[in-house]
Amino acid sequence: MIKDLVRLKSKGQNTAKEIVSFNNKKFRFSDWFAEKVIKAVAFLSIAIVILIFIFVFREAFPIFKMDKKEAVSTELLVQESYGGAETGSASVKTTDNQVDNSNKIQATDEKPSSTLLSKTWMPVSDNPRYGMWPLFLGTLKVTLIALLFAAPVSILAAIYTSMFAKPRIREIIKPVIELLAGFPSVVIGFFALMVMATVFQNIFGYASRLNGFVGGIAMGLAAIPIIYTLTEDALTAVPRTFTEASLGLGASRRQTAFYVVLPAAVPGIFAAVVLGIGRIFGETMIALMATGNAAMISMNPFDSVRTLSATIGAEMAEVVFGDTHYNVLFLIGSLLFIFTFALNALAEFYFKNMIIRRYQSKK
Amino acid sequence: MNRNVKDTIVEGITGVSVLLIIFIIVSILAVTIVGGWPNLNWTFLSEFPKDGMTKGGIFPAIVGTAMMTIIMAVAAVPFGVITAIYLAEYASEKSVIAKTIRFAVKTLAVVPSIIFGLFGLGFFIGFIGKNMDGLLNGGELKWGQPNILWASFTMALLTLPVVIVSVEEAIRTIPREMREASLALGATKWQTIRRVVLPGSVSGILTGTILAVSRGAGEVAPILFTGAAYFLSDLPRSLSDQFMSLGYHIYIMSTQSSNVDATLPIQFATTLVLLLLTFSLNAVAVTLRYRIRKRAK
Repeated sequence: MIKDLVRLKSKGQNTAKEIVSFNNKKFRFSDWFAEKVIKAVAFLSIAIVILIFIFVFREAFPIFKMDKKEAVSTELLVQESYGGAETGSASVKTTDNQVDNSNKIQATDEKPSSTLLSKTWMPVSDNPRYGMWPLFLGTLKVTLIALLFAAPVSILAAIYTSMFAKPRIREIIKPVIELLAGFPSVVIGFFALMVMATVFQNIFGYASRLNGFVGGIAMGLAAIPIIYTLTEDALTAVPRTFTEASLGLGASRRQTAFYVVLPAAVPGIFAAVVLGIGRIFGETMIALMATGNAAMISMNPFDSVRTLSATIGAEMAEVVFGDTHYNVLFLIGSLLFIFTFALNALAEFYFKNMIIRRYQSKK
Repeated sequence: MNRNVKDTIVEGITGVSVLLIIFIIVSILAVTIVGGWPNLNWTFLSEFPKDGMTKGGIFPAIVGTAMMTIIMAVAAVPFGVITAIYLAEYASEKSVIAKTIRFAVKTLAVVPSIIFGLFGLGFFIGFIGKNMDGLLNGGELKWGQPNILWASFTMALLTLPVVIVSVEEAIRTIPREMREASLALGATKWQTIRRVVLPGSVSGILTGTILAVSRGAGEVAPILFTGAAYFLSDLPRSLSDQFMSLGYHIYIMSTQSSNVDATLPIQFATTLVLLLLTFSLNAVAVTLRYRIRKRAK
């Protein structure tokens, strides 16, 4: 190869150096151009996230503007303590306005937009009320049920797959469980509506066929593949030396799995659960189809539930463009977006750093 | 308790969890197949809905889903491939830009699908569409309302991360030696990417496209208010028409229909069609991906 180059150098009319520089000059432009274009396109994903932020907030914003105008005209400010009324996931930007709302809670009859923190969600009526409490509570309830079902099942299944299963069986189990991720959520929702609702009602004998419990379990199904796959990855990522050392000391596979591998994989499993929560929280179709969609405040898991995302899905189609109701639905969307964004950031930065620190110190 | 007994019990519990998940998967499949198979025939696939949607087939929903996913793929795949090339070939792992892009892609992957629907409504319809109407049609409403184009674009944003992840994975399996050989022969970086990296990652691009199509065909929330229609007597003829979709059809028929029981066979058969569609697409993608991973090892 080098010989060839030398020969080329001596034989050719141009020196090798000249050839190189010629090539460089000729192709530099297309190279430079390609790089710029590729870079610009890659920036698009950042731009999309920012645009989502802007446009979802933009449509939600008029509610607060309206409130501010009204705050000037309304002299009647009754102090009411709504301490901690807004959940932590609410946008920091809007905190001031939320305070405004709680002050003007008396004036609900005329100003529907100031009922955001009240306890009734009745957007379509002569005196519309946009109290998001039942929706928050409903979402929380369903998410909790889904998580209590999905997290243990998928973590245990992941432990079985990575620790106890024989390699050949593992090769089958993993793709089969990941099939569940390929089920469209509308199909899971349909299954919950047609089959699970009836079966559960026969077992538990509760009154309303569609309720938070059925919806929660169905939404758990959607979260299982996420939690399972990420947990399995986290368990497999634990250095083999850990396992071998433990087994070598005479511990059983069960002891190794639960006292050595599982603790080492905890940050990864947390990240898996956090992303699972995000999936459940934002799930729309299953919530629409299986939870019954009645906005009520109740702690009974067998009562009908209306989640935040299902509210958007159910009501946005019938809403007047630019109406208060429309803005409130976008406000709900903003809250959902902030919450999932925060969850993702948590999983991405906090837990990932924990994982890195863990293994680096032990290497 | 005896240690061996404890071991067996605990292992048994974890095994039962696996069986539970598999049982659920099998029962979803079984219920859909048993409920849908008897009604699944050629007339069902090739006819329009009849008699107020209580009879007839799902032809427009199949065509609508196909058209929407094709437009979606045309929009999402090029962007996804280029972003993947940037992440794998140009960006250094430690650069802030690359990290930010990665984080943005992950955010897109976890944002609830309904948010994409809201974004489509606020951005594509309310902003771009409205302004297009103002400029092109003199304010007449054409683009500023839900249609197949905006629905496909919205879905494209949702499936972008799927494409990026698949393609990047494939690009990274191409041996470094191949790139170095190309560069050593005097090819520039862009030539190397075009002639060596891209041809080598065709299977990855294909996997990403198939996964995106399968995801897009199944999602309903993003198209709820960006273009899906309850019933249309005609197929969409232009990009500014609304369309029917399989997933939306299932949702509407099972929850909003006036007579849910009468249309049960249609619902099950539609679900079966959608499931078969996404399943076969996923099966192809998984096989392709398995091959790519094998090459990586």
